[in-house]
Amino acid sequence: MTQMKQRQVQLEVLRYNPDTDTETHFQRYEVSCNEEGVVLDALNKVKETVDPTLNYRWSCHMAICGSCGMMINGEPKLSCHTFLRDYEGVIRVEPLAHFPIERDLVTAPDDFMEKLKRVKPYLIPKEKKPISEGEYKQSPAQLTKFHQYSMCINCMLCYAACPEYGLTPKFIGPAALTLAHRYNLDSRDGGRAERQEVVASAEGVWECTFVGACSEVCPAHVDPAGALQQMKISSSIDWILEHLIPGGKS
Amino acid sequence: MSRRPLVREVPPTTWFFRHPRYLRYMSREITSIFVGAYCVLLVIGLQRLAAGPVAWEGFLLALTSPGSIVFQFLALIAAVYHAATWFNATHKAMPIQIGEDFVPGKVISGAHYVAWAALSAAILHLAGVF
Repeated sequence: MTQMKQRQVQLEVLRYNPDTDTETHFQRYEVSCNEEGVVLDALNKVKETVDPTLNYRWSCHMAICGSCGMMINGEPKLSCHTFLRDYEGVIRVEPLAHFPIERDLVTAPDDFMEKLKRVKPYLIPKEKKPISEGEYKQSPAQLTKFHQYSMCINCMLCYAACPEYGLTPKFIGPAALTLAHRYNLDSRDGGRAERQEVVASAEGVWECTFVGACSEVCPAHVDPAGALQQMKISSSIDWILEHLIPGGKS
Repeated sequence: MSRRPLVREVPPTTWFFRHPRYLRYMSREITSIFVGAYCVLLVIGLQRLAAGPVAWEGFLLALTSPGSIVFQFLALIAAVYHAATWFNATHKAMPIQIGEDFVPGKVISGAHYVAWAALSAAILHLAGVF
């Protein structure tokens, strides 16, 4: 078996221990990794061979689970999908921006999880029918309408990129609102009116100023920025129908 | 093991220096100041027009001052940049689906540029430029 080409990797990793630290500091590590490795491989090498106290989340190592999001040289990225060969010199690794740091590179996702619940990201059937009547059918065209928005892996990179969320933490944020849009667009769903309570509020789409960073960093090629602008248009139409058109629906 | 998450504040006035994409965003937003100021200029022009021929002539003369020309040049650049960023984003806000496919974004954005050029030509024609 041929030996894979190796490269020396220098990492500058943000550390925070809630038991002993009042603020964060950086720690430098140097490890040897495969030329074709990713940043997560380098972190694993550090943990296995240099410093077992280093904390970070990861699971699938194939950009599906969304667990290993972190700031890599200031950019929100999945560390399992960020190749070492694309970097020169020291690679700075920090926890996802805009989220509280639990420990080292581990952030607290509680706020995102709460917001996700608020937009009811699940099918709310228009009319419930017994199982004996069969499945809710959908055409390929109806699937196409929302398909890209269903690719979200809840990695929260879009929240780390969104300055609105950083400055105004009450903002429901890109991923949760995009998932609301995904279900609103689903032909089998009838829950839009329920979601609008949150979506069309000041904490919802109107907090977005279309920076567009969410779509630029999304590793699943979802377009949250587009989804939020579409929701602004539909919410505006709702308002016009309700307030300006006599007999218009609300 | 205690749970004591560390909250980091985002600097409220300097955050946009942290990444080039935020600077691009701010440059887009700042163009709104020039567009807004030019709208104010148009309202003043209407007010001068309503005040009579002498006031209108004075307004036209003021428009030819060096400061006014510099402002109008900057406002034109800002308006063009603002419009271009907006048109380039239209396909995100207004996707068009035909059957199982979406109309390519370039077609939607391109249609806006075509409409922009046609309307601009029509206005210039009405203004007697050609």
